[in-house]
Amino acid sequence: MVPSIRDLVGYVENNDWAFTQGHRLCPGCNAPMVANWATLTAKSLGYHPVVGLATGCLEVSSTIYPYTAWNVPYIHNAFENVAATISGAEAAYRSLMNRKKINNDKIKFIAIGGDGGTYDIGLQALSGAIERGHDFVYILYDNEGYMNTGNQRSGSTPPGADSTTEPVGKVLPGKLQLKKSIVDIIAGHEGVYAATAVTSEPWDFMRKMQAALEFPGPAFISILAPCVRFWRIPDDYGVEVTKLAVETKYWPLWEYNMGIYKVTKKPKTFKPVKEYVLKLGRYSKLMKRSDANEILEELQHYVDAKWDRLLALEEISKDKPIRKKI
Amino acid sequence: MPVKLTVTGAAAVAHAMRQINPDVVAAYPITPQTPIVEYFASFVSDGIVDTVLVPVESEHSAMSALIGAAAAGARTMTATAANGLALMAEIVYIAASYRLPIVMPVANRALSGPINIHCDHSDAMLVRDSGWIQFFTENHQEAYDFTIMATKIAEKENVLLPVMVNLDGFITSHGVESFEMLDDEVVREFVGTWKPKYSLLDVEHPVTYGPLDLFDYYFEHHRQQEEAMKNAYKELPGVFEEFAKISGRKYDFLDLYKTEDAEHIMIVLNSTASTAKYVVDELREEGKKVGLVKPQVFTPFPKKEIQQVLNGRKSVVVLDRAMSFGKEAPLYSLIKSSLYEIASKPSLGSYIYGLGGRDVTPEMLRQAFEDALKGNLIADEQRYLGLRE
Repeated sequence: MVPSIRDLVGYVENNDWAFTQGHRLCPGCNAPMVANWATLTAKSLGYHPVVGLATGCLEVSSTIYPYTAWNVPYIHNAFENVAATISGAEAAYRSLMNRKKINNDKIKFIAIGGDGGTYDIGLQALSGAIERGHDFVYILYDNEGYMNTGNQRSGSTPPGADSTTEPVGKVLPGKLQLKKSIVDIIAGHEGVYAATAVTSEPWDFMRKMQAALEFPGPAFISILAPCVRFWRIPDDYGVEVTKLAVETKYWPLWEYNMGIYKVTKKPKTFKPVKEYVLKLGRYSKLMKRSDANEILEELQHYVDAKWDRLLALEEISKDKPIRKKI
Repeated sequence: MPVKLTVTGAAAVAHAMRQINPDVVAAYPITPQTPIVEYFASFVSDGIVDTVLVPVESEHSAMSALIGAAAAGARTMTATAANGLALMAEIVYIAASYRLPIVMPVANRALSGPINIHCDHSDAMLVRDSGWIQFFTENHQEAYDFTIMATKIAEKENVLLPVMVNLDGFITSHGVESFEMLDDEVVREFVGTWKPKYSLLDVEHPVTYGPLDLFDYYFEHHRQQEEAMKNAYKELPGVFEEFAKISGRKYDFLDLYKTEDAEHIMIVLNSTASTAKYVVDELREEGKKVGLVKPQVFTPFPKKEIQQVLNGRKSVVVLDRAMSFGKEAPLYSLIKSSLYEIASKPSLGSYIYGLGGRDVTPEMLRQAFEDALKGNLIADEQRYLGLRE
């Protein structure tokens, strides 16, 4: 059962948030929505979330000692190791349950990291934790750059976007490479649940969150969550933009479960990816360059091909899991 | 009844871990530590212990996972060496700052580069300021005993610090020697059960581990770590006392060998102390008043004990199995600074030996003693034993 609006209103009315008010994230930031939806889903299903965070915006803004915005058990360790940290907590849980030192079968482990801590420096720890089969949900809030340190490029930054370590300049058009396809990398671990989500589709996210929580092993959700500041968009525009990301095939919504691919939203018509790009100030420098169209054409070709490939994967994997257990 | 086992040092340490039966052990291989986690993994595989083993993908994740596990209330252990310790160094600091009582044997090995798999203490010295309690052990018996005592001191409520048990790579870890193993029940009772005050699994009382600690509190928290280290210094004699009751082996901050009337003293860590004791015996037979001091507790550094034992001696030679480039050798500089406050200062000599597993012979140690006996020591001169010049 996906949580109903009535359930969620109950939590809000009783001020029973796992991630409470008082954090210092920027106005318009999409990360707190992710934290709230993930933990509310867990709570509304009767689980007790234990949360781990990688160093990043969400972490430094929510736990400034002696304050904390977390009303559930919480651990932050370092930038690159939230998956390893939460895998240790999960191992402790198994051990202490086995040894009957604790008695609570409702605990669920949720690790949250940004794209820098997931696509790049934290990928090894994440891969290791998934391969070992720990029972946890990893949520990547993907704002496509190292935003906590001030808009540096990451393995998730799309081509042509302006960042401080690959700025759009007189010679170079910003980042030259396409985004790393992180969900495919995670799906490559096979014994895993993996999905994409966006902040404009909360119910889709919560349904996937439920699937992830109930999956008996590692699960991963990558949610496109804009940084309004470095995407150079108005404070109230983050959700609008992710809606457009889905409508332009920039960010298709799909999931992977033990080998089976499923596209979870299939718009009948798509808008050109240029429409999405033009809404983001991080591309305004690129648009002034003579090679802007070339880069956008490449991006258009890429998103079209990826979409076709997804549909094909869905078709050939239907009812054909490649693994029965983790 | 305690039994005599003739095994490698790695096996001795693994037996201590088996008897402690931690809740979670993280395992990653690195020479010469690997056999410790291999033996332990076989105990898990054969159902001899019911520990949850986490076979991580790196030492960095080993320490990270143990932080998660320890914060969740588990009793945790791992083992490492050299580059493994260097890779986890970032997280080693975090473990101490979160006050998590993790226990980690370290099979001391040279820190690259160039790569070298043999014994020296450059790995332990890399993390000497990380806030861990550090024991140094001479042989199998001590490696086994100190691993057990480490659990006890780490979990004292006024301490709550992680502990490193250093043993010499290959020399101790792979050398076969006899040691006395206590009964399983005796060890189990000695270490007791670990009941942490704060746990991530106590969902009724949520805690936040690892917040952003800015300039308004960070300083105070580090001061608290220092207080914990002072408490460890105060609590250790009690742990030594309790351990003596179950084992008959009474340890102290310093192992003193023939120092009572000694005029010339050598200070050295770990297995080289065995060779040094042999040399002391030889020189004693020749009527030379020499003795040996082997610090078993390196952090908290037993400064007062060092001062007491060195006050009024003619000379002291300090042997380091690690370098501190551009500065005085690590153990030497600590000994030298300890002597600043004493009334009658001995003359001092600094000797580097055994780097990268270079063999240490009695003749080499004798050389250092002879310099002392001849009054040929220069406090500012770093000398080398067994180095081809």
